[in-house]
Amino acid sequence: MDRIADIWGTRTPHDRATVWPARVDSYLADGITEAQVDKWVSSACLLCSNGCGCDIAVKDGRMVGIRGRGTDVINHGRLGPKGLYGSTPFASSGDRLTRPLIREGGELVETTWDVAMGKVVEVSQRLLREKGPLSHGFYTSGQLFLEEYYTLAVIGKAGIGTPHMDGNTRLCTATAAAAMKESFGCDGQPGSYTDIDWCDALFLFGHNMPETQTVLWMRVLDRISGGQPPKIVCVDPRRTMVADAAERTGGVHLAPRPGTNQALMNGLTRELIVNGWHDRAWIDAHTLGFDDLAAIVEPYTPEHVGDICDIDPADLRRAAAVFGESERVLSTVLQGFYQSHQATAASVAVNNLHLLRGMIGKPGAGILQMNGQPTAQNNRECGADGDLPGFRNWDNEKHVQELAALWNVDPLVIPHWAPPTHAMQMMRYVEQGSISFLWISATNPAVSMPESARIRAILSGDQCFVVVQDLFLTETARLADVVLPAAGWGEKTGTFTNVTRTVHLSDKAVEPPGEARSDLDIFLLYAERMGFTDSDTAPLVRWRTPEEAFAAWQECSRGRPVDYTGLSYEQLRGPTGIAWPCNADAPDGTDRLYTDPVFPTDTDQCENYGHDLLTGGTVTRQEYQAIDPAGRAFLKGAPYQPPHEQVSADYPLLYSTGRTVYHFHTRTKTARARALQQAAPDAWVELSQHDAEALGIAEGDRVSVQSPRGRIEVQARIGRVRPGAVFAPFHYGYWDLDAAGPDGGPARDANELTMTIWDPVSKQPLFKTAACRVTKIGDATEPAPAPSTAASAPPQGRPAPATAGGEPTGARIVTTPHYPNDPSLGTDSPAPASTVAGSAR
Amino acid sequence: MTAKTTHLATYLGLLHHAEQTLTDSFVTVGHGHQAEADVYHTCESLARMSLEHEKQLAPVVARYGEQRRGEDVEEPERLHADGVAQVRAGAVGLLRDLQDLYLLATLVHSCWTVVLQGAQGARDQELIEIAQHCMGETSRQLTWLQTRIKVSAPQALLVAG
Repeated sequence: MDRIADIWGTRTPHDRATVWPARVDSYLADGITEAQVDKWVSSACLLCSNGCGCDIAVKDGRMVGIRGRGTDVINHGRLGPKGLYGSTPFASSGDRLTRPLIREGGELVETTWDVAMGKVVEVSQRLLREKGPLSHGFYTSGQLFLEEYYTLAVIGKAGIGTPHMDGNTRLCTATAAAAMKESFGCDGQPGSYTDIDWCDALFLFGHNMPETQTVLWMRVLDRISGGQPPKIVCVDPRRTMVADAAERTGGVHLAPRPGTNQALMNGLTRELIVNGWHDRAWIDAHTLGFDDLAAIVEPYTPEHVGDICDIDPADLRRAAAVFGESERVLSTVLQGFYQSHQATAASVAVNNLHLLRGMIGKPGAGILQMNGQPTAQNNRECGADGDLPGFRNWDNEKHVQELAALWNVDPLVIPHWAPPTHAMQMMRYVEQGSISFLWISATNPAVSMPESARIRAILSGDQCFVVVQDLFLTETARLADVVLPAAGWGEKTGTFTNVTRTVHLSDKAVEPPGEARSDLDIFLLYAERMGFTDSDTAPLVRWRTPEEAFAAWQECSRGRPVDYTGLSYEQLRGPTGIAWPCNADAPDGTDRLYTDPVFPTDTDQCENYGHDLLTGGTVTRQEYQAIDPAGRAFLKGAPYQPPHEQVSADYPLLYSTGRTVYHFHTRTKTARARALQQAAPDAWVELSQHDAEALGIAEGDRVSVQSPRGRIEVQARIGRVRPGAVFAPFHYGYWDLDAAGPDGGPARDANELTMTIWDPVSKQPLFKTAACRVTKIGDATEPAPAPSTAASAPPQGRPAPATAGGEPTGARIVTTPHYPNDPSLGTDSPAPASTVAGSAR
Repeated sequence: MTAKTTHLATYLGLLHHAEQTLTDSFVTVGHGHQAEADVYHTCESLARMSLEHEKQLAPVVARYGEQRRGEDVEEPERLHADGVAQVRAGAVGLLRDLQDLYLLATLVHSCWTVVLQGAQGARDQELIEIAQHCMGETSRQLTWLQTRIKVSAPQALLVAG
């Protein structure tokens, strides 16, 4: 089957509360057959956040393909187009970095590891002497392994002692973490993917699941085509495949004006309250803050919300009724909320809806605050981003003491006077020159951060020494002072954890090319050369192998909500990934949190004390103690505030960025897979039919899209966005044009236009609220290079150029094996009380 | 009670002036530090908040009157908080400007405290509610300023150029 043309494959329908049938998807390159494969090596897919278990096919020391693991709880054997076609070609790409590079006379030239790391250490030590630890910043990824993040966290927090550590997870999942901390006291996904098998209604808030997690969407499609299908409710300004499914299932598509999510959520919340679709007894027993929330949402009548969001008030009422009257509701949230105005407030509002009905910790009644990247969760857990390891609270002396004891360092070394510095603030310090050593690993901020021209200027300036560690010479690497060649997926061993807390082990299948080294080995080399020691002058980082690093992390996680102590590499090589917490109390892992429902809000348990959702001002320990949450969750509200950049006569349209199904991030891997690159070869912009007609723009015309910060020139797709909105895919930079930026030529990076602005609580940059104008600059010679298989398709009834060309893949229906969390095993608990009694009535 | 027989009018004048000064200063600091994106946008929001407090005072002032500066003020202001007229540059400058905002917000907060006490004595339910609401919001302003100052201080003091 051509999985470019058929993204989700054939249906395996099943009824509610039955197991999702297994289907093993596979792809082998160059006509190789399974019989010719030398060995299969256990792993999980790294090309989206879903976390699909898989095996890597190896032949003659080369990765030649991939096969889904039929026994894995996450994917039941399936893989998506990116996983199938894009997982392995990068490894043998001719332009892999195979030797370190160092800048000499303005040019990057090849050098030895000794020289490259010698330079890094020399600059690092000099700056520590002259300016101290606050001169150092580390910006990492959502694609390294747990062992690598944890090692980096120890180096940064206890070796150097800098608060300036963050990941590009700030761009994709910071709001997921922030929303869970605000509502439940701590990070940790409440729900399970099995909630899809159970639910009666599925709400997708700003989540284009068919493109962002294709395998998860297969699971939804199989429910929709089986018995007792769930109603789908879609909140998205584009008419995505989710919106189509909403129509098919008797659900609702709400397409709010970009930037108005909070008004919409306040409207839904108010409807639950005024219609009695809430469980007052459960609320009183397990939450705090109901009266304040009710007062905040009171003004948001459906009509008022309709005005703000430009939606039909009747649709809002219908959506609320689906939430209020369904027996089991599952909600998922992603970038349409996380990267939009009032991100944390709106994502917290989704948690609120579930808390109001006690719809949490029960099969099918769950929340999935999604992640954008495959290992983002580990960055959050290990503290290589703006958190302390093990979900510890920077403002809790006991937590800091625990880390100091574990690492045998003075607690004063571990920066905890304020939250660790977030990525956008780090870039500001780099811009100002107060951070003068920046180490970027496995990410490409020159393309992925807002306001690209500014980021390029910051990274190319002389005020900061920039180290980049990557597989390829990315746009960012081109601006570095030292470039370190890293081993990729399949070339190194380590674990990573998906959005449902499920841990997988990815084993080394082949040797990395040339002198490339694993990210773990690179960090260990730095630590060794820097001579970081603990209080007894013993080496600070005492591990050498991934498995030893994993063991060190397990100790760090002991007793915390994110407890890994019951896991082992051996166990993780078994049939399936395993969800934490996994310890003596839960030796087989934990499918669903908050079944009790006791939340980790106790003062010495919680990950932070909470924030003002409007300003991000932090609640103090004393204030928190006075509230005495004692295991209850928080209901927190916020009024709607207009977005910071409004449309104007000069910039009359609202600009939003996002993904396409065929690419991941800045295409570092996916553009090197022929089928994926051909499916979406270049950037485009989507306009509504209404706006296109008003602007005299036809399909495929070349247009200029301009904001107060920059412009791109791309082809126009007359698409499925709502009138007034414009959508641009964010994957397209300049590396395949052999440049770090547009260099005077036409620009195409969607982030040339975006704003330097972030959510006050999660500090996630807001990519979905900027004003722009679109003008035609040339006639079409062909349709826009936008796929016609997903949300970038032309509207129904308009001609759609075919998107196809994937080599044949396998899809084998196999006997569905036993899964530990199989719904038909009768692990159901009684239906939520409120749905039966409507207790507020 | 009338305005003539109460010093509440004096305090409403002081409060009104302090809120106005805070509003203007939030605007000045926000615009002056536009390169700090969060400072810019949060100061805008908080300026709107203070402006709203001024509006909420209007019906109360209509009842009690308001005494500002001048000879008829029995307890004239001796500490003149004129607000932030122009911002300082650099990381330390930002810190100092945020600290000035903190001082101005503290003045507003203590004015609301006094007015709330007076309102309770006067059994003025409307003013009690307004004062409680606005005092709570002033606390939010102070909390943000405190948070932002704490985050910025080490970098500004130790490594900024």
